[in-house]
Parts: sequence; C-alpha cells; structure tokens
Amino acid sequence: MHELAVTENIVSVVTRHAQNAGAKRVTSIHLIIGELASIVDDCIQFYFDYMSRGTIMDGAQLFFERVPIKLHCGECQHEWSPAGGDWTCPACSAAQARVIAGREFTIDHIEVE
Amino acid sequence: MPKDIPVIEQILSANDQIAEQNRERLAKNRVHTINIMAAPGAGKTSLILSAIRGLRGIRRIGVIEGDVASDVDSVKIRQEGIPVVQINTGGGCHLDASQIRVALDQLPLNEIDLLFIENVGNLICPVGFDLGEQTRLAITSIPEGDDKPYKYPSIFHEVDALVISKIDLLPYIPFNIVEYRRLVRSIKPEIQLFEVSVVTGDGLAEWLEWLKTLSPRT
Repeated sequence: MHELAVTENIVSVVTRHAQNAGAKRVTSIHLIIGELASIVDDCIQFYFDYMSRGTIMDGAQLFFERVPIKLHCGECQHEWSPAGGDWTCPACSAAQARVIAGREFTIDHIEVE
Repeated sequence: MPKDIPVIEQILSANDQIAEQNRERLAKNRVHTINIMAAPGAGKTSLILSAIRGLRGIRRIGVIEGDVASDVDSVKIRQEGIPVVQINTGGGCHLDASQIRVALDQLPLNEIDLLFIENVGNLICPVGFDLGEQTRLAITSIPEGDDKPYKYPSIFHEVDALVISKIDLLPYIPFNIVEYRRLVRSIKPEIQLFEVSVVTGDGLAEWLEWLKTLSPRT
C-alpha cells in the first residue's frame, strides 16, 4: 500500500527534474532499489500508469535496478549476500554484519525528449 | 533526440526533509521521540501505557497515535491524563513526516520529555518513512512466531531497539527465543533487546530504566 505514496514521490521528483531540464516529455525513469526496501515493482508501475496520465511522463517506462543485500563482516572483513534472516558471517561466524548495499531507494536518471 | 538527465535523488526526499525539520523542532524543545513500529496486536499501546504508568512523576510523556481508523487507542491514553494526538490515515499503511508535523502543532512540546509515536500496525511500510524521531523501536510478540527475522529482516535492521512482548506466553507457544535473539543480533549487532510481559510485569524495570536514559531530565 505504501507503493502509492512512493509513486507520488517519484512523479513529483521527476516532474521537477524534467521541468528544470526544459523537457517536453519523459520517456523512461530509472530507479535503483535495494532489496531491503520492501516495494513491489508491478504495484509501482500500476499506480504510475494511473497517476502519470496527462502529465509530462504519460507513457514513460519504469526500469527497476534491484540491488541485492551485501554485508561486510566487522570481524574478518568477509563480504557476502545473505539468504534470509541469518546474517551471521558464513566465514567466521561473527555477528558483526554491516550493510554495504541493499538500502538504495533512489531515482538514478530519466530519459527525456 | 532522447537524452539522459541524471537525477540521483532519494525517492522519499520530500519526506526526509520534513522529517529533518521535525527532528530539529523536537530537539529544540528537548523532546526525545520514539517511533514504535510493530504488527497489529503486538502490544504497542500496552507498552506505551506501561511507560506512562511506570514513569509517572519521573518523565513527562506525550503520545501520537497512528491508526487506519478509530480513536480507541488515544482514548486509553487520554484516560491516563496524557497529551495525545490521534492521526487517522484513512487506509494509509504508515505514518509520514508531514502528518507528524501537523500533530506536533497540537502538542504542548515544552511540557513533554518523551514522545511516543505509535505507528500504524505493519512490519513493512512504516520502516521506509523517517518521521523525525531520535529512536526507532520495534515490538514483536511471542504469538507472532519466531520466523520474523527471516521474513522481515528490514525492520530489524532499521531499528535501534526491539521489545519482545508477551513473554508470559512462552510456555504455551513453540518459540525458540535463544535462536530468535541470535538471529536478531546477527541482523543488527548493536540492537537494544528487551523481553517483557505487561501482564506479569517481567522485564518492565529494564524497559523503563532504558527510557529514562534516553531522556535525561535536566
């Protein structure tokens, strides 16, 4: 359900950047979304198709670049992507994981005409 | 010709900006704010009530209640004589910073040491929305089962503290609490962990003591 609020924000940020660039039309929007951000791509697309109607980004395509969770062990410096909710280091069994990727929630770039 | 325009902006940047303003305003008024996130029925309101009763005369408490509908929670808080603002999201699954900004206008901030924000019951959506709090707290209850770190790692990673509630039910429900603690600490090594039952009073002393350290009275 928070996909609605997320989509509203995407439309608002993209509108501002497209207008600043003097664009007539936005043809694509490229998002970078970490695995830790719980959103459903199809759901965003659904809201977007509805909310973008008649706007500068009507018909624009959304691209989702998904970034897997990547952890760094503070004990042995090992880096890995966890499967599930056990973030114990597979190399040294320490519980000192720090997230180095997977929290992204960014609009990276847009294509305009 | 189509051309690329770099944006590189957080999707929720508008929310983040308002959250930062809320944080400054709360700091200026010396209010320590705790954003409480949990599934429906985990015991958010009961835990807040335990703090109100346990810290009466010791810390001045205020509450913002977020619910999809109804004011049953805020009525309970008001009966304790505590300033409370009810936010009804009308179907919305989380609170956002602009709703908190409006709610802060309705609270006597200079008469509050500790402000609880009870988020909408949900383990997913509230996590992404900064409200301007200083401390983020999750509650998971024993009846919810011990698989939550597997299903919702995000919330465990994004909070400063976790209260495991309803521990009086441990004898009746299969729940491996040793393994649960281990999983939670693997996701967030520095997490503050509390195990409480508001029915038996177990663990409440540690919880109240921690709240006092968050808002040292000046």
